[in-house]
Amino acid sequence: LALYFHVGEREEKCIIEDIPSDTLVVGNYKVQRWDIHKHDFHESAPGLGMFVTVTSPSGEVLLSKLYGPQGTFSFTSYLSGEHIICFQSNSTRFAVTAGSKLRIHLDIRVGEHFFDESDIQAKDKVNEVNTRLEHLIEQIHHVAREQDYEREREEKFRKTSEETNSNILWWAIVQTLILISIGIWQIKSLRDFFIAKKLV
Amino acid sequence: LSPRWAMPPRGSWGPVPPLLLLWALAACAARASEITFELPDNAKQCFYEEIAQGTKCTLEFQVITGGHYDVDCRLEDPDGIVLYKEMKKQYDSFTFTASRNGTYKFCFSNEFSTFTHKTVYFDFQVGEDPPLFPSENRVTALTQMESACVSIHEALKSVIDYQTHFRLREAQGRSRAEDLNTRVAYWSIGEAIILLVVSIGQVFLLKSFFSDKRTTTTRVGS
Repeated sequence: LALYFHVGEREEKCIIEDIPSDTLVVGNYKVQRWDIHKHDFHESAPGLGMFVTVTSPSGEVLLSKLYGPQGTFSFTSYLSGEHIICFQSNSTRFAVTAGSKLRIHLDIRVGEHFFDESDIQAKDKVNEVNTRLEHLIEQIHHVAREQDYEREREEKFRKTSEETNSNILWWAIVQTLILISIGIWQIKSLRDFFIAKKLV
Repeated sequence: LSPRWAMPPRGSWGPVPPLLLLWALAACAARASEITFELPDNAKQCFYEEIAQGTKCTLEFQVITGGHYDVDCRLEDPDGIVLYKEMKKQYDSFTFTASRNGTYKFCFSNEFSTFTHKTVYFDFQVGEDPPLFPSENRVTALTQMESACVSIHEALKSVIDYQTHFRLREAQGRSRAEDLNTRVAYWSIGEAIILLVVSIGQVFLLKSFFSDKRTTTTRVGS
């Protein structure tokens, strides 16, 4: 588990994954707590857990579980869109004590097809190439799903741009009409006013 | 740029001594972490990674939404020497070779912004991908099938690479378009209201000038 970052004890940290539907996402994490006395992070902190919450683009919660200091979680997306993965520790201590922080190691893999290493211990070359080809086919399916999703998003983008375009045109016309009609009303109103006041 | 898939499983090692296996694993340990996260205004987020000496690493980042779509980025080696530092960049890619063992740190900062959150994507690749068909225990050259697999694998890697780039650019473009749409709507409504208020106000103000004068003239008259 390579990449890590620091958060406050009760702080919630979220990452965003923009993925197509039917995609498997697997995450590994490890959390360590800062030890004030040793001025280092505990190797392991029993009792320290992590709430992992995954929210789908429609706001529905796909996953919400408490895991231990080290864990693996996974979910499959039903909708395509931005899924938000949030981490929050279950620590009940208030982060008032200075220097109290957590180190979270994180590794997230998207759209992958995991092999058992034993599958790869092929008896012969044909099987090995077979397995590799299956892996490649799975990757190509993932690429195709991403492309379908990209098509959806491009359509949304195009709709937004066209809406902006027609908005600008429509509002320009409306404002010009307002301007003209207000101008006419102003002149009429003042003219009537001055005639009434016998100034003209 | 790393593809969003696991490093390909290693081929059958066969009768390779376990020590050689361990060395091979350590030397070609390729890891890629890509994360999209939200950086609130006035915030800084740092990431750390332990890298072995001599490993070729690439850091690539892009700002997807928020403000002027720019962020500060800074990469430091274990001694604190700054390897890469850029202010207000929208997108960049930086490759370096680790000169020593230790924990490398890279930070993204949005401290110059007062109220826009930024969504930042970064991809940090450590090491090269191991070969699909490792040559440690091989006696013959790669068969046609195997070399076809290798070239398909390379091609797919670059497809996924381009796809990721395109997805990010499209997200950025769409974010700008949506911003523009909202701004156009609000400004138009605002302008129309201001126009009405000012014009009607002008007429009444003008009328009020003449009304006052009228009463004073009548007073003088009588």
